[in-house]
Amino acid sequence: MIEIRDVSKTFTLHNQGSAVIRVMEGASLSVAAGECVALTGASGAGKSTLMRMIYGNYLAASGEILIGGVDVVRAQPREIIRLRREALGYVSQFLRVVPRVPTLDVVAEPLLAVGVDRAAATERARDLLTRLRIPERLWSLSPTTFSGGEQQRVNIARGFAHAYPALLLDEPTASLDAANRDTVLDLIHEAKARGAAIVGIFHDAEARAAVCDRVVDVTGFSPQAAA
Amino acid sequence: MTPLLKVESLTKRYGARIGCSDVSFDLWPGEVMGIVGESGSGKSTLLNCMAGHLAPDAGRVMFDTRTEGLQDTITMSEPERRMLGRTDWAFVHQHARDGLRMNVSAGGNVGERLMAVGARHYGEIRDSAEDWLGRVEIDASRIDDRPTAFSGGMQQRLQIARNLVTGPRLVFMDEPTGGLDVSVQARLLDLLRGLVREMGLSAIIVTHDLAVVRLLADRLMVMKDGHVVEKGLTDQVLDDPQHAYTQLLVSSVLQV
Amino acid sequence: MSDYNFAYLDEQTKRMIRRAILKGLAIPGYQVPFASREMPMPYGWGTGGVQVSAATLTPEDRLKVIDQGADDTTNAVSIRKFFERTAGVETTEETAQASVIQTRHRIPEEPLTEDQVLVYQVPIPEPLRFLEPSEIETRKMHALEDYGLMHVKLYEDIARHGQIATAYAYPVKVEGRYVMDPSPIPKFDNPKMSGMAAIQLFGAGREQRIYALPPYTQVVSLDFRDYPFEASKADAPCDLCGAEDSYLDEVIVDDAGGRMFVCSDTDYCRARRAAGHVGAQGKTEDAA
Repeated sequence: MIEIRDVSKTFTLHNQGSAVIRVMEGASLSVAAGECVALTGASGAGKSTLMRMIYGNYLAASGEILIGGVDVVRAQPREIIRLRREALGYVSQFLRVVPRVPTLDVVAEPLLAVGVDRAAATERARDLLTRLRIPERLWSLSPTTFSGGEQQRVNIARGFAHAYPALLLDEPTASLDAANRDTVLDLIHEAKARGAAIVGIFHDAEARAAVCDRVVDVTGFSPQAAA
Repeated sequence: MTPLLKVESLTKRYGARIGCSDVSFDLWPGEVMGIVGESGSGKSTLLNCMAGHLAPDAGRVMFDTRTEGLQDTITMSEPERRMLGRTDWAFVHQHARDGLRMNVSAGGNVGERLMAVGARHYGEIRDSAEDWLGRVEIDASRIDDRPTAFSGGMQQRLQIARNLVTGPRLVFMDEPTGGLDVSVQARLLDLLRGLVREMGLSAIIVTHDLAVVRLLADRLMVMKDGHVVEKGLTDQVLDDPQHAYTQLLVSSVLQV
Repeated sequence: MSDYNFAYLDEQTKRMIRRAILKGLAIPGYQVPFASREMPMPYGWGTGGVQVSAATLTPEDRLKVIDQGADDTTNAVSIRKFFERTAGVETTEETAQASVIQTRHRIPEEPLTEDQVLVYQVPIPEPLRFLEPSEIETRKMHALEDYGLMHVKLYEDIARHGQIATAYAYPVKVEGRYVMDPSPIPKFDNPKMSGMAAIQLFGAGREQRIYALPPYTQVVSLDFRDYPFEASKADAPCDLCGAEDSYLDEVIVDDAGGRMFVCSDTDYCRARRAAGHVGAQGKTEDAA
């Protein structure tokens, strides 16, 4: 489902003497449907960079990133928009939403975007928020006013609302209490069971061990190692 | 599938000075595209050329019309272009008073486009106006008030209602949140996003506010000195800018 | 006869105005620009109508001039005298006897015939003017039949007053094409314009526009389906002649709130009384 072949990444800092920083080379990775792969490596090794390239948020310098047959590196913006809407989910560490939108709508939005009717989308959103223990009295409020932990759980609910065939998880269990962490792990298991290909970053070794089938150390993709 | 709007090599000069130069892109149904750049970068010139308010010196602006497919709106006859302007196209001005009739009631402002395309039943026009005031969160009891009695945010929402009442497919917006308080901006952005999704609208939004495009736009074009220096997915352009100017622009924004 | 050229204006000017009139007749409802002349009377006194009349009159014509339906008000008397002196044409107060009728703010009650010409004095020829101040824009709107704005005005009327409150200068559409200002006639007169046998000419002196309706032109008053046009008048018969079908003026007769309704068209009222019709206060009037 997710096919990464010989991907490299450089940053060119035009306003700092056009310094070219090579951050990744020869990254290759394959994730099958129903499989969960964890990215590991020291801080700064490039876990998030690779994840962002898979999502199309960072532009790869070379190589191929195929998701369901679409090459994210070369795809037109509208193809990536469609991919993100239908096939590629991303739970980032930060919640980014329009202020004032109620939590329930924030969570239901990915479903509405793929044409699920409002009643069914809301039902799914309620179910996820309940499981993630967001008190019902908060559902009609904007999550921008919530605590960090609550925001993260809203973000997770939103990320799992639609059954994406490919899913990227950036520290989904960080700063969660044990009960909520278990819920998130359940959600990941359920996603795997329905055939989602998952790439995740987990600092929590226990959580990683619980859901991941394989571990890929991105240190192996650093330019020094490749050279 | 055909693009809704196909812009080809659009160029506008003001004497020796460049307004916008050789701009080309496709806009697809349901897409929202942001155009950012500082004052004088040509973004408003480009918008006005696309919307038919300014005559470009070269290039084409092809629109997927309902009856005849892609047509060049620049060589199209004025009646046809005007008909587009009050049916399939909408234009939201930065200053609401440029887009509203200030001496006509809120209901009359919303109803004008309906009457322009032949609505001749007062009761139905009024019902539509009430419905639209509700959708832009203006209390129905204000329907007979003139926009002069409205706050800036309400005026802007009224302008949006007036523009969307005929169910356009493409909306041009020129700094739609400019000059509004931050909290009012947020409300407007939320409203626009909801309308864009519910109505399947395509939109082109000119702004200098990167936060606005991050929340509203799927795609982004960055302009400098009349040229498009970078374009792509909004979050990719903002998070991994490739061009020197974009990097400068993004790094200049105060983080909150 | 004086030293004036016939009907005051020189022949070249009259030819220029006739060309504008002919163009107006060819494009019913379209405002034709013309080079309006200074006339020996102030703007607002009917300089447009006077120039159109001057270009229309022949020595054989018989002229009638009315102001608000009356032949004996200052404006009507002055213009009648003007043409008596400068054209030497016969004048009359009888509608049926006149071949050219210049009018301010009324259409005679008696139906006009194919042998007659009705000349209107027009202050503001542009029906869109109060909604759109730009002349360039209004001309474009006419050219493109972009008339949504006209209904906005009627919408505003209903929103504010519960009905279309425009009572005079009520906008019309000519032959399904041009929206036209009928001059400030009461809307009661609007239906008379449609299908009229006489030629109708409109002159606006200050605004330098002439427009026209050839005989039997379709003229439709704008309205909404649920608020149809109504040709309203005071709900009373004429107190002098008893007419129930004529447009009435309300006249205050004393300081105690006494009032009477009388025909605005003085010739129509006179003719009816001469034929023996008597209204509620007609007898006392005759006795006095």
